[in-house]
Amino acid sequence: MDTSEDILHQASPDLVRGSETKRAAKAARLSPSFISWLQAGPMMLVFLAFFLIPLVFVVIVSFWDYNEYQLLPAFSGRGYTDTFEGCIAQLPELCTIGKTYLMTLKLCFMVWAITLFVGFWVAYFLAFHVKSKTWQMGLSLLCTIPFWTSNVIRMIAWIPLLGRNGLVNSGLVKTGLINHPLEWLLFSEFSVVLALVHLFTFFMVVPIFNSMVRIDKSLIEAAYDAGATGFQTLVNVIIPLAKPGIVIGSIFVITIVMGDFITIGVMGGQQIAAAGKIIETRVNALQFPAAAANAVILLAITFLIITMMSRIVDIKKEL
Amino acid sequence: MTETTRTKGVSRRTLLKGTAGLAGLAAGSGAITGFPYVKSADAKVLRYLGTAVNEGDDISKQCLKDTGIKIEYITATTDDVTKRVMTQPNSFDVLDTEYFSLKKLVPSGNILALDAKKIKEFDNITPVFTKGETPGGKKIGGQGTAPWKVLYLEGKDSKKFATSATEFVTLIPTVYNADTLGIRPDLIKRPISTWAELLNPEFKGKASILNIPSIGIMDAAMVVEATGKYKYADKGNMTKEEIDLTMKVMTEAKKAGQFRAFWKDFNESVNLMASGETVIQSMWSPAVTKVRSMGIPCTFQPLKEGYRSWASGFCVSKGVSGAKLEWAYEFVNWFLSGYAGAYLNRQGYYSAVLSTAKAHMEPYEWAYWMEGKPAEKDIKAPDGSLLEKAGAVRDGGSYEDRMGGVACWNAVMDENDYMVRKWNEFIAA
Repeated sequence: MDTSEDILHQASPDLVRGSETKRAAKAARLSPSFISWLQAGPMMLVFLAFFLIPLVFVVIVSFWDYNEYQLLPAFSGRGYTDTFEGCIAQLPELCTIGKTYLMTLKLCFMVWAITLFVGFWVAYFLAFHVKSKTWQMGLSLLCTIPFWTSNVIRMIAWIPLLGRNGLVNSGLVKTGLINHPLEWLLFSEFSVVLALVHLFTFFMVVPIFNSMVRIDKSLIEAAYDAGATGFQTLVNVIIPLAKPGIVIGSIFVITIVMGDFITIGVMGGQQIAAAGKIIETRVNALQFPAAAANAVILLAITFLIITMMSRIVDIKKEL
Repeated sequence: MTETTRTKGVSRRTLLKGTAGLAGLAAGSGAITGFPYVKSADAKVLRYLGTAVNEGDDISKQCLKDTGIKIEYITATTDDVTKRVMTQPNSFDVLDTEYFSLKKLVPSGNILALDAKKIKEFDNITPVFTKGETPGGKKIGGQGTAPWKVLYLEGKDSKKFATSATEFVTLIPTVYNADTLGIRPDLIKRPISTWAELLNPEFKGKASILNIPSIGIMDAAMVVEATGKYKYADKGNMTKEEIDLTMKVMTEAKKAGQFRAFWKDFNESVNLMASGETVIQSMWSPAVTKVRSMGIPCTFQPLKEGYRSWASGFCVSKGVSGAKLEWAYEFVNWFLSGYAGAYLNRQGYYSAVLSTAKAHMEPYEWAYWMEGKPAEKDIKAPDGSLLEKAGAVRDGGSYEDRMGGVACWNAVMDENDYMVRKWNEFIAA
């Protein structure tokens, strides 16, 4: 954050001088690093104005105090201490925030594992088994179908399917497989994971597919010629080369699921805690500093996970 | 880093102060708002912030026809309405909100009380609001934020609620109702008469409550009291111990699998009930009507412990003055003059001025909705769709019986912050 501001300071005087005199312009043209900054500049400004500065405000507000109807701009750790209330007193039992994050991480892990498995094979099929570009394009578009309807409608549509009197239950009862409708099909962790997988597998497919199509086909032929089995080729050639796609897809899925509260709320019957839900409840009660504190905690945890993932693969290098 | 942080904090604060100052200046000096409106007198527009309850297209069309005032609706959920008043008080002119949010809105200074003398029908407003009793003289339960406790301010710019009538009215009442549990009589197959049934193990996995903390905990308190576990001094303003006790009962029920799901919006509650996922749940009157209009039996069950009631009304943004303020009065007066009241009554809500609404309704409609008599003819919704066949009787009966049976009102507690934290704990349990 500090560095980017410094860079801006360095860059802008150059810019001014550049437009003033020819000599300076020539200097600017000669400096490749300046050109790079110029190219990255607009994006950096947007990033600064709409991401970093608001984020700084969130951090500041998270240390403010509040009452029923306004923010009190005085330093207070109340947002944080309230959030971790009972975390030591209740030991060995988990406190609210502990339980909430445990649940969020659990859902996150399940969704990540399933989307990775499904997404990998869908991408594999698209990249290696579908030969024509047109079909690849067409089938990728098919993957976007879940996004054609609104979030709410899509989720409401699960009720007639998974509900107590829904299609699946009545079908199973009729075939005699079960006597009573299965209650856990809807408003359960199962339905939450199902809905999230249905929604977000696409975010896994696209980056993995992107990595896979860029794999040089001659490498696979070489492996084949050298006598590698299909499985050996997969493990030793394709997976290592698709790693950047896997990591990028994983980052997409994990960040989205960590912050999700709408899908978890509707599919979990509002009975499953989510990190995002705590923030929403706080905001609705006009307790902005407490909400901001929870947002900072969520950000920190998500950031930690991403850092660990990028330790596994150096994305910058791979791109 | 710390240095930057502090500078930014200051600049933001200064900015906020500046904005507030400007807004105050604009509001205070008639000169600013006064003169541009002279020319635009032909285009009378009011921005109307509220929940979807009163915001019917028919109402705005009729209003334009009768008064020439064009209403622009800004629709939000109750929580978002409050948030908007706090953070963007200049983004609306007329505010339609619930009485319980006044505890937050009035101290913020972002809304302006209306002058009772300028409201033509003020003396005809139902005594439910002014005295806390029905027109027939029944005393109404006053737990929670009952409207008569917060109806008047001590002075024009006062932030204190007056204990006796003054001419400064916080909210001119528009609509209100008495809420209770909705049930599926076809699936329950026996009479239900108490809130305690919500936690009856017989309905394990088939019950639901609202996931709006301030309202959900009131329903929970009705249940706790009905089971005889505890008697609250004021369900709408619990102590920390009372909150703990209430949430403990609810947490045990949740862990035992009593609840199928919690609901947050109107359509969710309709879906849960219509699909048979739940058979007993807290509900809103028009949601029950909607389930019934799908051909599915659903009853808005009157219970012996009484109803949980809510009410909303009009005020204006602090930024409204001059000609715009006059239009706001004109609009509020029009709203109370009968057309809108009849429209709301026909949806199963109640209007604030009963006499004018009655004049705009057919006698058989009035008899069904307000007097609890069997319908002489088919009962139709404002849009003309069939609600009830001839012979039907309204759940809970007459206005006297329903409003007279109110036990408590939607509220914001003094321990709201603690309650919200406990609610999050309940959801995580």
